[in-house]
Amino acid sequence: MSGGHSTYTPTTGIGRWIDARMPLPRLMHDSFISYPTPRNLNYAYTFGGILSIMLVVQILTGVVLAMHYTASTLLAFDSVEKIMRDVNSGWLLRYLHSNGASMFFFAVFIHIFRGLYYGSYKAPRELLWILGCIILLLMMAAGFMGYVLPWGQMSFWGATVITGFFTAIPLAGEWVQQLLLGGFAVDNPTLNRFFSLHYLIPFMIAGVVVLHIWALHVTGQTNPTGIEVKSKTDTIPFTPYATVKDALGMVVFFLLFAYFVFYLPNFLGHPDNYIVANPLKTPAHIVPEWYFLPFYAILRAITFNIGPIDSKLGGVLAMFGAIAVLFFVPWLDTSKVRSAVYRPWYKLFFWLFVVDSILLGWLGSRPAEPPYVVMAQLATLYYFGFFLVIMPVLGLIETPRRLPNSITEAVLAKNHGSAAAHPAGAAAAPETKA
Amino acid sequence: MKKILSGLAALCLGATMATAALAQEEAHNEANPTHFPIHRPAELDWSFAGPLGRYDKGQLQRGLKVYKEVCSACHSLRLVSFRNLEDLGYSAEQVRALAAEYEVTDGPNADGEMFTRAALPSDHFPSPYPNDEAASAANNGAAPPDLSLMAKARTVERGFPRFVFDVFTQYAEGGPDYIHALLTGYEETPPEGMEVAEGTHYNPYFIAGKSLAMPQPISADQVTYEDGSPQTIDQYSRDVSAFLMWAAEPHLDERKMIGFRVIIFLMLFIGLLWMTKRKVWAGVAH
Ligand code: HEC
Ligand code: HEM
Repeated sequence: MSGGHSTYTPTTGIGRWIDARMPLPRLMHDSFISYPTPRNLNYAYTFGGILSIMLVVQILTGVVLAMHYTASTLLAFDSVEKIMRDVNSGWLLRYLHSNGASMFFFAVFIHIFRGLYYGSYKAPRELLWILGCIILLLMMAAGFMGYVLPWGQMSFWGATVITGFFTAIPLAGEWVQQLLLGGFAVDNPTLNRFFSLHYLIPFMIAGVVVLHIWALHVTGQTNPTGIEVKSKTDTIPFTPYATVKDALGMVVFFLLFAYFVFYLPNFLGHPDNYIVANPLKTPAHIVPEWYFLPFYAILRAITFNIGPIDSKLGGVLAMFGAIAVLFFVPWLDTSKVRSAVYRPWYKLFFWLFVVDSILLGWLGSRPAEPPYVVMAQLATLYYFGFFLVIMPVLGLIETPRRLPNSITEAVLAKNHGSAAAHPAGAAAAPETKA
Repeated sequence: MKKILSGLAALCLGATMATAALAQEEAHNEANPTHFPIHRPAELDWSFAGPLGRYDKGQLQRGLKVYKEVCSACHSLRLVSFRNLEDLGYSAEQVRALAAEYEVTDGPNADGEMFTRAALPSDHFPSPYPNDEAASAANNGAAPPDLSLMAKARTVERGFPRFVFDVFTQYAEGGPDYIHALLTGYEETPPEGMEVAEGTHYNPYFIAGKSLAMPQPISADQVTYEDGSPQTIDQYSRDVSAFLMWAAEPHLDERKMIGFRVIIFLMLFIGLLWMTKRKVWAGVAH
């Protein structure tokens, strides 16, 4: 990670002693202080930092919740209510954790859309992108299992429906489902293994995040122009520039987070989860958490058999395919130009894709009846069409706009060359008043 | 080019939203409705709504009285303990006296026998029935649900685009609005041709069907109010709904108070960071 740009010089005796033995301070300095970042990053680039802090929030609140939570079908619901009523600030912890999960997913979706817009997945950042997709998968597992823990009606029935998908897998299906459940139906063994895994997975995520950031620091960040860093004037040091910008992004994000925690803490949840799980009473509509809804819509859009594949297996394949396809994006996009800024047609199809994803999310919350089914089928068609047809074909036929020669040129053109080309003067400008 | 593109995108978006909003308006069959509730609950003014909302203690005390004298005959409130009632403005003495009106089973004693005793502030509201089976048997097969979380466990779906506006208007009172609508919704007679199952009562506000096993539980002047509030079904329903909201979310006042401070703090912090950011970046073209 320290690469060729290490400018760290320990000033104290202790500093030099540590640096000669285990240069952790050097690593930190090179990663978060002197690390060169493109000078033209916008706020879409602050979501990586936001995601890191949200992972920390989830782990901290989760560890304390786990001190009061009881993973037993007889006690789980009441133990969560005890947290809500009797544990000091327990209501705050739990609302932070449950809304934190939503915020975490909200941020990761924006982070992924950012990547799709600016072509962040293109060479040499394929592994970086794939590590991100793995984090998304792990987050989904963590979110799903976490939602089962309070043992409400949606916890139970969501778990029943989702583990039921696995029976669609030919031959091994039943066996996989029973392994997940620890039995033949969602019950105490299921709750216990989900709690154990729910505790484990966030730490696995933390591990993959380290790899993700390592890969990032090898290739460097992309930027809105999509042009690689070429000279020193293209970059500025991480601190203070990126630090203060990321901090601002984070605090604005916290404002949104706080708004939900304090004023709409149950808006993103389902009222049925305040009813104790009852295996004998199926809710009228079983819906997963909002962040799974687009995938749920895709699952239910496949209402027809395709050759030997029946609609159930087809739905499951489509759902997993919707995530699997992300892994192949670096090779599906054939364009030589990285950023959508210079690709007018891709830009249009990208925004349609964003709208399509939101539409799928809404359709996932609707019952499976007309006209929603047909709408979901069309939206699913566009979802896959975007990746499998538009991305490869558009790259070959689209005429991109003229690219600037460098980041510096793009920035100066935008600012009409009025501002200083190099930041050194700015950092040392004491006369500017705030 | 850019204009055409954004025009196209806007068109697609508009068409989708219109379809989405229209798709929710299903055909309606008076005698044979398929979507419930038949009527949407009215949105009332609650003292605890909005960023500065607080429970009205007088109202909660009246609501408790309605629960005690009417609902508790059938419904339990198992997550609420008597000591929690101090939140409603009662003293420790009053709570002890209130708890002592109830009997709870305790034991076993040294002889291995279960015994009953007067409830203590640390006890929870006892259930009116010994078990769920007894509860269903006494109520035509439908056990009256526990009310502790009722105000958070029911919300009539808001639908698109209402749920988007709710984020900005901070609408979070779907639960009490529903309970109030249900309790005041027995007046109407079923439309011509509708069949109402035996032992159930027509209520167009019920979330899960056209009728439910609970009969109209309360009538005017049934509960005596000492503070001069009107003794009407509407007022009783408002008060007991507010009380049930408190039972489901006892820390709401604290949450909104802390929330207000947190949000002010964050806004000031954002202001300072924004100025710092501008100063740091001043003169750096980006
Ligand atoms: C005579 C017994 C009885 C009394 C008294 C009674 N209820 Fe009920 N209540 C029931 C039964 C039985 C049900 C279950 C109805 C069903 O599911 O069909 C019920 C259901 C409910 C529901 C849930 C409806 C739903 O959406 O599922 C609420 C809320 C409710 N009662 C509130 C109250 C309130 C508030 C009071 C006091 C004013 C009260 N009840 C008094 C018997 C009673
Ligand atoms: C990737 C990070 C995490 C995500 C996305 C996540 C997500 C969730 C979700 C969605 C719930 C259900 C919330 C509810 O509706 O009540 C939940 C509950 C819970 N989580 Fe997590 N969690 C994460 C990390 C952790 C960690 C690290 C721990 C423990 C060390 C933990 C412990 C718990 C406990 C005890 C509950 C049950 C209590 C409750 O329902 O509030 N979580 N989690």
